Amino acid sequence: MDLDDLYQEIILEHYKEPKNQGTVADANVHVEGRNPFCGDEIRLTMLVKDGRIVDVKFTGSGCAISQSSASLMTEHIKGKTVDEVKELFKEFGHLVRGEEHTHEHIHDMDELSAFQGVSAFPTRVKCAMLAWNAMKEGIEKELEKYGE
Amino acid sequence: MAIAESIEDKLDVVQVRKHFPIFSYPENAELIYLDSAATTQRPTKVLDAIRHFNEEYNSNIHRSAYKLAEKATAGYECARLLIAQFIGAAHSHEIIFTRGATEAINFVMRGWGEKFLKPGDEILLSEMEHHSNLVPWQVAAQKSGAKLQFIPLDDSGELELGKLDDLLTERTRLVAVTHASNVLGTRVDVKRIIDAAHEMKALVLVDGAQHVPHSPVNVQDLDADFYVFSGHKMLGPMGIGILYGKEALLDAMDPVLYGGSMIDDVGYYESTWAKLPWKFEAGTQNIPAVIGLGAAIELLEEWGMRRIEKHDRMLTGYVLQQLEQLDFVTVFGPKEHRNPVISFAIQGIHAHDIATFFDSRNIAIRSGHHCAKLIMKKLNISATARASFYLYNTTEHVDLFVDAIHKARGYFARWI
Repeated sequence: MDLDDLYQEIILEHYKEPKNQGTVADANVHVEGRNPFCGDEIRLTMLVKDGRIVDVKFTGSGCAISQSSASLMTEHIKGKTVDEVKELFKEFGHLVRGEEHTHEHIHDMDELSAFQGVSAFPTRVKCAMLAWNAMKEGIEKELEKYGE
Repeated sequence: MAIAESIEDKLDVVQVRKHFPIFSYPENAELIYLDSAATTQRPTKVLDAIRHFNEEYNSNIHRSAYKLAEKATAGYECARLLIAQFIGAAHSHEIIFTRGATEAINFVMRGWGEKFLKPGDEILLSEMEHHSNLVPWQVAAQKSGAKLQFIPLDDSGELELGKLDDLLTERTRLVAVTHASNVLGTRVDVKRIIDAAHEMKALVLVDGAQHVPHSPVNVQDLDADFYVFSGHKMLGPMGIGILYGKEALLDAMDPVLYGGSMIDDVGYYESTWAKLPWKFEAGTQNIPAVIGLGAAIELLEEWGMRRIEKHDRMLTGYVLQQLEQLDFVTVFGPKEHRNPVISFAIQGIHAHDIATFFDSRNIAIRSGHHCAKLIMKKLNISATARASFYLYNTTEHVDLFVDAIHKARGYFARWI
């Protein structure tokens, strides 16, 4: 269990200077993620149009893992289709939980693979997943509106 | 008491630590346990008491003619007697076994609150309460139409008891307040609150979960109406807690759980209730945990609550004195008259990251809101890191703790 596996350079950079901070003005998805056990919070706004994430921003407070995960997530989902993002959600979950999985890697995890180190710190998995769970909940709520 | 207790005596921590098998377990050789406010470690005497019950005389208590059950009943009721003496209760039947302090508070909320609270009544709490002494009263107020009031918390981490006279009115039926904060370590002058409340004919429930492990308590001297605490925060097993209530109040309350063991007579359509304490102890109880808690209390008395209090005070003073010198560390809570529960922040590092960093150095601390979101709101933070010390901690642990703070600052320095 090496601390440097968890706190990788890219993660701490995003913690210090998070990307996509704020609120999307014409958002159609507003969602909050909260970790009731530790008080971490993420407020996510997204503009989802024709099955694609056109824009996404977040505000929040919490630890280095939860906030940098939110920042990196916004960078990686912007421009992707809802289906692609759902697949990415699954892959990211497998990654941070350190699970073996059989489905093909259809995405290059790219910088997101920095979160692989989280798997050695089970108590921090919820931090890494906070923004992702909120994002998934938000997208599903939005899709429900159209009966998909 | 096995050893004559003198206030001059020091707790022999080296000897004390030998009683706790967890510290000699090979994997824990390096462990520095600073989370006793969440739960304390268990000494061999407690573990043996539980094992002896399970291996030698496991049986259900009461109403059996055989020797095994007699022994179990004696063990169970003997523990009740020990606990009554330990907190200075007038009668052992004023000691009710529950699953923990939370359940004990819920018993009062259900058995007393649901019976006696009426619309317009007021319940006075404090902003420093653990959720266990807040949420039940929110629900009681919603159900009864009673109103909640709060003793405010000031910036130094003390309750504003000067406002008691304004907050206590002829409508106040109950004051429910902690004896010591699980976040700030603040020790509350509950005697003052009780005296003021009684003048207004209000009852007082004291949450002693964070106080009983650290200091002698006498519920009669305090004149507390209800007093609750948990076994697992005072060397005892998990799943056992105590509700102390004055006899007349417990008698007036309705039972909370109905079923076996709590009855006097049973008919087709109605039944009558057993006397105290059994009226509140429906179903088979956690007998080994009760016996284990009795063993924990014997050990605490052998070591001496005055000695334990003195040791804790020494550690608290030592850690606060060191942290005061660090301009990048904020300590929450009062500087004096407090328990060894130290909530702190390191500038620029989130509490969870502090806790993970400390864990990498085998120092177990807690981070989060510590089930006290009102305190977090008041301090305008979402989480703190918390180190809590107890009788098996040494000044060397404090030194390693302070060293880890410096190291954490170094590790995250580039990103602060």
